[in-house]
Amino acid sequence: MEAFTTYTGLAAPLLRASIDTDQIIPTRFLARLSEEGLGEGLFAQWRLLPDGTPNTGFILNRTPWDQAGVLVAGPHFGCGSSREAAPRALRQCGFRAVIAPSFGDIFYNNCFRNGIAPVRLDAGAMERLAQLLEPGGQACAMDLTVDLEHNLVRVPSTGESFPFTAPALLRRMLLEGLDEIALTRTHSGAIDDFRARDRERRGWAYL
Amino acid sequence: MSISAARTFFDKVWDEHVIADLGDNAFLLQADRLLLHDVTGSVVMRELTAAGHQADSPRQAFGIIDHLLVTKPQAAPRDGWTPVAVQMISEARHGAQRLGIELIDIQDARMGITHVIAPELGIALPGLTVVCGDSHTCTLGGIGALGWGIGTSEGTHVLATGTLVESRPRTMRVRFEGELGPCVSAKDMILALIGQMGAGAGTGYAVEFAGAAVRALSVEARMTLCNMAVEFSAKYGFVAPDAKVFDYLKGREYAPKGALWDQAVAHWESLRTDQGAVFDLEVVLDVSTLAPQVTWGTSPHHVADVTAQVPVPQDAADPPSRALAQRAIDYQQLSAGTPLQDVRLDVAYIGTCTNARLSDLRLAADFLRGKKVAPHVTAICIPGSATVKREAEAEGLHQVFIDAGFEWHDPGCGFCGSGKGRLQDVRIISTSNRNFENRQGVRTRTHLASPLTVAASAVAGHIADARRFAD
Repeated sequence: MEAFTTYTGLAAPLLRASIDTDQIIPTRFLARLSEEGLGEGLFAQWRLLPDGTPNTGFILNRTPWDQAGVLVAGPHFGCGSSREAAPRALRQCGFRAVIAPSFGDIFYNNCFRNGIAPVRLDAGAMERLAQLLEPGGQACAMDLTVDLEHNLVRVPSTGESFPFTAPALLRRMLLEGLDEIALTRTHSGAIDDFRARDRERRGWAYL
Repeated sequence: MSISAARTFFDKVWDEHVIADLGDNAFLLQADRLLLHDVTGSVVMRELTAAGHQADSPRQAFGIIDHLLVTKPQAAPRDGWTPVAVQMISEARHGAQRLGIELIDIQDARMGITHVIAPELGIALPGLTVVCGDSHTCTLGGIGALGWGIGTSEGTHVLATGTLVESRPRTMRVRFEGELGPCVSAKDMILALIGQMGAGAGTGYAVEFAGAAVRALSVEARMTLCNMAVEFSAKYGFVAPDAKVFDYLKGREYAPKGALWDQAVAHWESLRTDQGAVFDLEVVLDVSTLAPQVTWGTSPHHVADVTAQVPVPQDAADPPSRALAQRAIDYQQLSAGTPLQDVRLDVAYIGTCTNARLSDLRLAADFLRGKKVAPHVTAICIPGSATVKREAEAEGLHQVFIDAGFEWHDPGCGFCGSGKGRLQDVRIISTSNRNFENRQGVRTRTHLASPLTVAASAVAGHIADARRFAD
């Protein structure tokens, strides 16, 4: 698994609420024989006009945000469908972190397994980031640092920093790029013991 | 006995699946069932093999073809609208065969939507942990299973180890009290809950649905209720199992038989929430005056009584909600203040894992008998499974739908799957669960409602209140 420790990159504000995973990548991009190329579907409905040409008004189509590596989003980002294609499409397009006040639970989990740091910031920190990234409603190019080792989002240009928390195990897996299956297999004794007892207790659960 | 000895249904099911406490609220859990459908399950099987792993418990896993297939009879080969869909279904078949996993394929008499057939076949049972790369796996909470949606990487982990790593959620109990009025159903209950509390209110929670109105629901209606727990942002939603559930499951193919059945029922009864058990959050809703609900916007909390108007965005609670409401009204091509019942429709759709079970089809057919769909409306019914379709046809329901002007399809995920390629730039009233932008096809505008409201609206040609048709 791809590790993540600290990343500094251009932040793109996409501050609307409730951006669901169908918007992050529409279903029609999911039927494929390889996970390569999922990036083509990222925000496809917003990136392209009905005639298939790029929507130049959409922030991720505009210079310099077409090179952004940090997405700063509104509440409830990644709600809806469980599709892991959503974080994969973000990663393939160069994103390493998503910052939002809240996330859909499944999307949040999926990020850790795809080299993306999902960062939950409190309302005050989100308000400050919105002021910095969209002063007067116009996007302003600015780098942000996501430091997972120290659980901090930093603003290099102002010296500000905002703390966040992340689930300890998922955080460690991402920091060290651990293979989750190998990690679980270190518990194989406990798994065998559990099943031996469980088969006695819940025989119907085993087919 | 200490106070902490009283446990909720969720606590009991969770506790009996814990293999190891991994610290900081993370646990290694036993995964009793893994469901692998053609879109996400195919990728799980592909990635398992690519990583050099075998399936740990192949008999606990089931492959199901439901998303990519064609439901409209004779429209295209049943195997898929596009070459890549055909190839992906073929990949699912090969993957299942390679890994020793039973596949419920298109021609199988038991086929259908994953969340419809898992209870029908007794693959899902009360108290089991059932996971699938599909957020609507929470539907299985209707029979008292703990079902939830997972990602591809988690799915691969489950297939490789029979376990998964999960953070323990907080618990919420939502009690629906009172008795439902005429033409109001489980779909209206869950939409009303989301409307009142917000689409994000369930984030981080496992939600037990309880109260007199839930106990009164049929098992199928409970599945409708639990199906939309994830639209409330709760990964898990469930109803503690009771005699109705045991009656529903008895004799099903994968349900235990004989002495094992009796043992299972005794165990399932013991899972009920104890008196005095404490939830992190309790919510009570009185449903006795609840009206049929219909969504106007692009989030499931953009919902109102069918008799209401499209709201004024400025009335929303905070600036982000106002912005979202305005964007939704623009996307949906509506105007604030328009009565919902003036909204003219292009398509009426009964189907999906939310509302495509026999009881849903009966409700709609009872309404449609002797009526005609408005000429400008394309009306479509997609039964949730081959079993539902067979049973509906045995009762003559298909003829009622066809006589009223509905298309009568073969089972599948329809417009939530690759069927959505068919719809574009249309307004749909739908029994499905998501009104997101483009969810049912490019630039489709979706209004979520119950099967009865969809049937009434199909006949009226605009959003309609089924109660107004009553004698």
